[in-house]
Amino acid sequence: MSQYILEICYLIGSVTFIMGLKMMGNAKTARKGNLIGAAGMTIAILGTIFLFDKEVSGIIYGLIFGAIALGTIIGWSTAKRVQMTKMPELVSMFNGMGGACAALISLIELNHHYHTGEAAQTGMMIAIVAGLIIGTVSFSGSIIAYLKLNGTMNKPVRLPSYNVINTIVMIGMFAFGAYFVYTGGNMMLAYLMFFAAAVYGILFTVPIGGADMPVVISLLNSFTGLAAAFGGFLYDNKVMLTGGILVGSAGTLLTLVMCKAMNRPLSNVIFGAFGGGGESSGGPDVKGSIKDMTVSDASILLNYSKKVVIVPGYGLAVAQAQHVIHELETLLEERGVEVKYAIHPVAGRMPGHMNVLLAESNVDYGKLVEMDEINPELEHTDVVLVVGANDVVNPAAKTDPSSPIYGMPILEVDKAKNIIVNKRSMSAGYAGIENLLFYDPKTSMLFGDAKKALTQLVAELKTL
Amino acid sequence: MENILSFIGENKEIIYFVVLSIFVGVEVIGGVPTVLHTPLMSGANAIHGVVIVGAIYVMLNVDPTDYLALTLGFLAVLLGTLNVVGGFVVTDRMLEMFKKK
Repeated sequence: MSQYILEICYLIGSVTFIMGLKMMGNAKTARKGNLIGAAGMTIAILGTIFLFDKEVSGIIYGLIFGAIALGTIIGWSTAKRVQMTKMPELVSMFNGMGGACAALISLIELNHHYHTGEAAQTGMMIAIVAGLIIGTVSFSGSIIAYLKLNGTMNKPVRLPSYNVINTIVMIGMFAFGAYFVYTGGNMMLAYLMFFAAAVYGILFTVPIGGADMPVVISLLNSFTGLAAAFGGFLYDNKVMLTGGILVGSAGTLLTLVMCKAMNRPLSNVIFGAFGGGGESSGGPDVKGSIKDMTVSDASILLNYSKKVVIVPGYGLAVAQAQHVIHELETLLEERGVEVKYAIHPVAGRMPGHMNVLLAESNVDYGKLVEMDEINPELEHTDVVLVVGANDVVNPAAKTDPSSPIYGMPILEVDKAKNIIVNKRSMSAGYAGIENLLFYDPKTSMLFGDAKKALTQLVAELKTL
Repeated sequence: MENILSFIGENKEIIYFVVLSIFVGVEVIGGVPTVLHTPLMSGANAIHGVVIVGAIYVMLNVDPTDYLALTLGFLAVLLGTLNVVGGFVVTDRMLEMFKKK
């Protein structure tokens, strides 16, 4: 009897996951969708604990409830306290936890198997080994992604011919897994495999630049989904299967969509992108010179404009300048200047991240205009203020076929009457290429940390 | 070859299930505006936390005198909970920002 009720719990869980994901695709229903998914998850978890049909000793229940209580407190408080700018790395961390969970399940299963000497079917062995490898890769990869986003590891580390090394290690992993399944393995080998998979996860993630981490997190996210699905196969557990596969396929698609928005194939992200190619061709010929600008010049220019468009980028997120930029916007609006934000699909290289950041500082949702809508308006814009964005406004994407970012859709800010670019220094953007926009006669550079420069700008504006 | 065929034959229901789920996953994500990519990724991240169900199941079947298994199981449930609770809460926080004023 309780078995049937449990199956119904799992059915409810599966349906809520599908509905929840679907609703999350629409801004109006997204929040509700997330809550529905959470409700389904709670039902599945409670069902698993309370509808179990065998006698279980009290110590095990104690440990389960202890772990859940501890995890809830830590997870809840971390998620509630984290700053919105730090959110991508937190998602990465949680993803790693899920991967580790899947790997641990496989280790316990193997331990149980060798202890009791029960023969496992080949299909089950494959599921256990696959769960172990994929879960561990996702775990160690996510930790590296976390450290990179965190700034602890901010330089891409490129071992010589790392592509070859990584491919060899990957094939080695496959061979090891196959050997393990074929021979039945032992506990020692299982730990060795865990270790090897962890090393592969690190090798896989380490060469990828910090700005591409969102794509990697999305990919590792689908890996964890796959690991969960293998667990579902192992226990013939339908809710794990649906949840896992759903995330596996949706995550893969999301990864591809993110890459498409950057106009880069996934292989390009993983196997290192802006290497020799673009740079060896010498880059675009730089004509003209950089024009520097003081804060007071900038404030006067902004103050006497009719229409200002702000282009926020990664630099704004890094400097945590989202609140100051909102202050600037309100100040200008009070003086009768029309202010809008132009949001590139991969602004900050985290799709949608910029919207979340600006929404956090109470910027009106209606002021955030997507690329296709704002581009025709830029011609009639008096001043475009670019804060910490570079590649997404680089005209080379339209004009220079030899450029690595050629073909990427950009914000056509060079059409505006004046352009103010705030940057920390003259260093090139993520793509490592020159930006001709900076040499445009209409462009003035406002050097300095985004937060500092904008704060000064606001102070200056108030005196006018 | 015969092994593979018999494997497919014996597990045909699960294979149907897997194939259909893949299509559902792709279908559900199709046409999502870029603005929602980050919350969606985070939401999907919370959903694969369903792996905790496996962790609990393993734990319920563990021999209470096997301390290694108990320790690993405790860790698995703990990490799974972090994934689920943290994932849903952080997604909710992101989506909270999107409400229209």
